[in-house]
Amino acid sequence: MTNIIDLTLVELVNKIKKKEISSKEITKAYVDRCKKSKKLNTFITDDFDNALKKADKFDKKPDFNKKLPGIPIAVKDLFCTKDLKTTAGSKILSNFIPSYESTVTQNLWNEGSILLGKLNCDEFAMGSSNETSFFGNVQSPIGKGLVPGGSSGGSASALSAKLTPVTVGTDTGGSIRQPASFTGTVGLKPTYGSCSRYGIVAFASSLDQAGPMTRNVKDCALLFEVISSYDNKDSTSVNFKRANYSNKLNKSIKGKKIGIPKEYRAEGMSKEIDELWQRGINIVKESGAEILDISLPNTKYALPAYYIVAPAEASSNLARYDGVKYGFRSPGENLIDMYEKTRSEGFGDEVKRRIMIGTYVLSSGYYDAYYLKAQKVRQLIKNDFDEVYKKVDAILTPSTPTSAFTIGEKTNDPVSMYLNDIFTVPINLAGLPAISIPAGLDSKGYPLGLQIIGKAFDEQNIFNIAYSMEEKINFKNEIKSWWM
Amino acid sequence: MSKNQSEYLIKRNNNEYEVVIGLEVHAQVLSESKLFSSSSTKFGAEPNTQVSLVDAAFPGMLPVINEFCIKQAVKTGIGLKAKINKKSIFDRKNYFYADLPQGYQISQYKNPIVGEGSVVLDLPSGEKKIGIERLHLEQDAGKSIHDIDPQNTLVDLNRSGVALMEIVSKPDLRSLEEVNAYVKKLRSIMRYLGTCDGNMQEGSLRADVNVSVRKKGQKELGTRCEIKNVNSIKFMQMAIEYEANRQVDVIEEGGSIDQETRLFDTKKNQTRSMRSKEDAHDYRYFPDPDLLPLEISDKFIDELKKNIPELPDEKKKRFIEKFKLSAYEANILVSDNETSKYFEEVIKESDVKISTNWITGELFALLNEKNLEISESPISAKNLSKLINLIKDGTISGKIAKSVFEIMADGNKDPKKIIEEKGLKQQSDPKELEKLIDKVINDNQDKVKEYKSGKEKLFGFFVGQTMKISGGKANPKLVNEILKKKLT
Repeated sequence: MTNIIDLTLVELVNKIKKKEISSKEITKAYVDRCKKSKKLNTFITDDFDNALKKADKFDKKPDFNKKLPGIPIAVKDLFCTKDLKTTAGSKILSNFIPSYESTVTQNLWNEGSILLGKLNCDEFAMGSSNETSFFGNVQSPIGKGLVPGGSSGGSASALSAKLTPVTVGTDTGGSIRQPASFTGTVGLKPTYGSCSRYGIVAFASSLDQAGPMTRNVKDCALLFEVISSYDNKDSTSVNFKRANYSNKLNKSIKGKKIGIPKEYRAEGMSKEIDELWQRGINIVKESGAEILDISLPNTKYALPAYYIVAPAEASSNLARYDGVKYGFRSPGENLIDMYEKTRSEGFGDEVKRRIMIGTYVLSSGYYDAYYLKAQKVRQLIKNDFDEVYKKVDAILTPSTPTSAFTIGEKTNDPVSMYLNDIFTVPINLAGLPAISIPAGLDSKGYPLGLQIIGKAFDEQNIFNIAYSMEEKINFKNEIKSWWM
Repeated sequence: MSKNQSEYLIKRNNNEYEVVIGLEVHAQVLSESKLFSSSSTKFGAEPNTQVSLVDAAFPGMLPVINEFCIKQAVKTGIGLKAKINKKSIFDRKNYFYADLPQGYQISQYKNPIVGEGSVVLDLPSGEKKIGIERLHLEQDAGKSIHDIDPQNTLVDLNRSGVALMEIVSKPDLRSLEEVNAYVKKLRSIMRYLGTCDGNMQEGSLRADVNVSVRKKGQKELGTRCEIKNVNSIKFMQMAIEYEANRQVDVIEEGGSIDQETRLFDTKKNQTRSMRSKEDAHDYRYFPDPDLLPLEISDKFIDELKKNIPELPDEKKKRFIEKFKLSAYEANILVSDNETSKYFEEVIKESDVKISTNWITGELFALLNEKNLEISESPISAKNLSKLINLIKDGTISGKIAKSVFEIMADGNKDPKKIIEEKGLKQQSDPKELEKLIDKVINDNQDKVKEYKSGKEKLFGFFVGQTMKISGGKANPKLVNEILKKKLT
C-alpha cells in the first residue's frame, strides 16, 4: 500500500468514505511526520494532541457526508483559530489566543476537517520568502537553504514536505501562488469576495484573499468549494452561487481562447522561464485551445501601484496593534511611550518599512500624488483585463520571474524581493482569480510554475485548464526528505 | 424686537465686531445597536459590558453597516430639507488613542450621506434660515478615565462604535441667542423624527464650535478657532462669549488670530489652546477598504419620506392656520413634539384659546417648578381638557380653576370629582346670588350712597364683597349683571 502521506486529498477522502482507512491513521501519519520535520520550521503552533483526539472522536462517530471527513489540515497562522494561539508571524501577537474562529477555517471544520496546527508565514503576510517571520525562516523541502517563498511559506513548505495533505494560505500580492511555484505545488488565489476575510488577520483589506494550496488541481477544486462561502460578517463577501468545482472538473479545453500578454515577457526574463512559458503554450495548443497574443498595457505600473495601495491599507490595519487591548505590550512612561516601545519592539523591519511607506503615501500633500494615483492605476489595470476578456477566456503567464532563491539572498534588497511578485500583483489589483500549477524544473532542479488567470468568479474555467495542463505536464515533485 | 436690537456686537474702543459662529453638532443616532456591530448602545451600563470583538478591534474583525443607522441619517437629512446622497463613502480617520481601538475612526470625509440643507430659526426678530453644510455618519470613540486609578488611565469601550451623525452648519450663526435657537431647533427636529434623543446630559448631543470675529461691515470671514466637544447650550454660549472677546482683544492689541483648536474649561469659564494648525493631526483619511461604497436607492429614500412625521415648521404653520394661534404661541407649542401632542389631545374636546393659555401658562409653570418633561406631566391632557371645559361652561370660575389645577397637580384627579368633593361648583343660580347681593347692599348702605352720588369706582367693591361671601364660587358674570340692576 502507498504511504498515507503520499495520498492526495481526494484519495484520502475516498478511502475514508470506503472505510479503508481511519481518520486516526491519517492524522497519526501526519503528526508523526510533522514531529520529525521540525528542521523545516513550518509550524508556529501545533495542535497534534487535540488533532489525534478529534480523529478518534471522528472515527467513533464518523459522518461520511462531509466533504473532508476526518482529514487533518494545518493552516497558515493568519487565520484566527478559537482557543489556539494565532500570531500572524509577529511578536506583537505572539501571545494572542482568539476567542473566535475565522469563517474560512470554520468552513473546514464544518466539513469534518481536523486542525493539525498553525503554519509559519511572513510577519503579517508581508514578504516573499518567509524570512520576515518573528518565529524564524522556513526551509523549503526542495533543497536545504532554499526559501519556500512567501508569505504562505510555512504552508507551501508543509504541503510539499507532506506534513499536511492540503493547506490554506492567503494571497495579497502573490503569497499563495509564488510559494506554490517555488515548491512545486498548486495554489489558487480566488476572486476577491469568494472567501470571507472574517477572522483573517488583515494585511491589505482590498487585496487579501484566502485560498487553497494543494498537491494537484482536483484537490484544489475540492478545497476551494469547502472554504468559499458568502458571509454576512464580511461586507466585501460576494453572494453568488458556489459550484461543486471538483465534480465539474473537465479536461476538455478545446476551443478555449487563451491570451498571452506580451507585457509579461519582462525585460531580463530568464531563458528558462521563457521556455517554460512556451512549453505551457504548446501544451494548451495541443489540447485544442486557441492562443491569442494580447496586451495588458498598464502591467508595468502594477507593482508600483501595489506597493502604494497595500502598505497604505496595512499602515491603517496594523494601527490596532498598540499594546492596549491584547497582544504584546512593552511598558512605557506614558501612553505615547508605551505605543512607541510596543510597536518598535513588536514589529519586525519589513512590517515597519511598509507601515512607514503606507503612512507616507496617505499623508496630506502626498495622498493625491501617490494613493489616489495608485487607485487610478488600479482601475486602468482592471480595465485592461476587462478589455482582453472580451476576446479570451483565460490568460497564461509564468507565476514568478525566477525559481526559489536562497535564504538571505534578497533580505537586504527589498526591491529585488518585491520584484518577485511582478506576475502576481496585477491579479490582486484587479480582484481576479489565478491559479499557479507546477510546470517544470529549472537547471538547478527547482520547480517553476505557470499561472492561469481567469475572469471574475470563473474559477471553474481556470480549474479546467489547469486540470488539462496538469495531465500533460505530468510534473513529479521528487522530494528527498533531506531534513529528517 | 427689531433686527438691530438682537444684533450681537462686541464693542472695543471705537470698533464694533460681529461674531461669526458655525457648529459641528455630534448627535448620537437613536438605535438599538452600534454603527458597525451588534452591541447594545444603552446608556449607563457597567464599563466594557457592551463591547463586541469588532468594537474592540480584535484581529480579523470586520465592520458591517447597521442599516437602521443609515435610515436614521437619511430621515434626519430629510428633516433638514437636505440633499440625500445616493452614494456615500466611509473613510478611515487615522490617529492613535487608547480609547480608539482600531487606531482609526470610521467616518465619512469627502462623500457624506447627506449634503446641503437648512434649518429655520424662530427668533424674536423673525425667522432666520441657517444653512446646513452636510451630515455624515461616524463612529464614536470609547471613554478614557483618568481619575479612578492614580497610575493608569482606564478605558471604557461601551461607547466605542456607537453611531453619531455629525451635522455641520454653515457659518451663519451670529449670536448666542441664535446658537441657542439653532441647537434647540435641531434637537426638536431630531426628536420629532426619533433619530436622536437629544439628551445632552448623557452626551447624546455635543458640539464643536467654530468662532471667528470681524469688524462690522467687513465681508471676509476672520480666522476661526474651533472649540472642541462642548456638551451643553449654556457652555456653548459661555465658550463663544469668552472666545469672541478673546479674539477681539487680540485684534485690538494689533495681533492676529491663529487658526487653532481650543478647549473650553467649564470651571474657569475660559477657552485655552489645545493645538495649533501646525500641530494639527494628519488624519490620513482614505476610503475604508473593509466597506463598499454605500449606495441607496430612490425607493429607499421615498419609503422613508413617506413616513416622515409632521415636523415643527409644518406643524407651526398648521397651528396658525387651523387654530388661529399667534406665531409666538405656535412656536412654543411645536418646539417639542410631546408638547404639541399634548396640546392637540387637549383641544380635541376643548376651546383652543383657553387651552393654549392654560398649557403655556399654568401647566408650563408647574412643569418648570417640578422640573418635569411634558411627557411626565402630573396632569393628563384628558383631565386638563375637562378642567378647561368646566371653565368654558361656567361650572367654575378661572380663579377656582386654579385651585382645582393645584389639587390635580398632586395626583391627576378628575377635576369634576375635585369640584364635587370640595363643593367648588360655581354659584350661577340668580335667586341665590340675589340673596347674597342684597346682603352686601344692606351691610354697606353708606357705600351705596356714595356710588349713587357718582363714585362709580365702587362697583368693583360690591363685586368683590359678593365674591368674598360666596367663598369665591359666585359666577362673576352674573354677579355683575345683578349688581348693575340693583344699584341703578
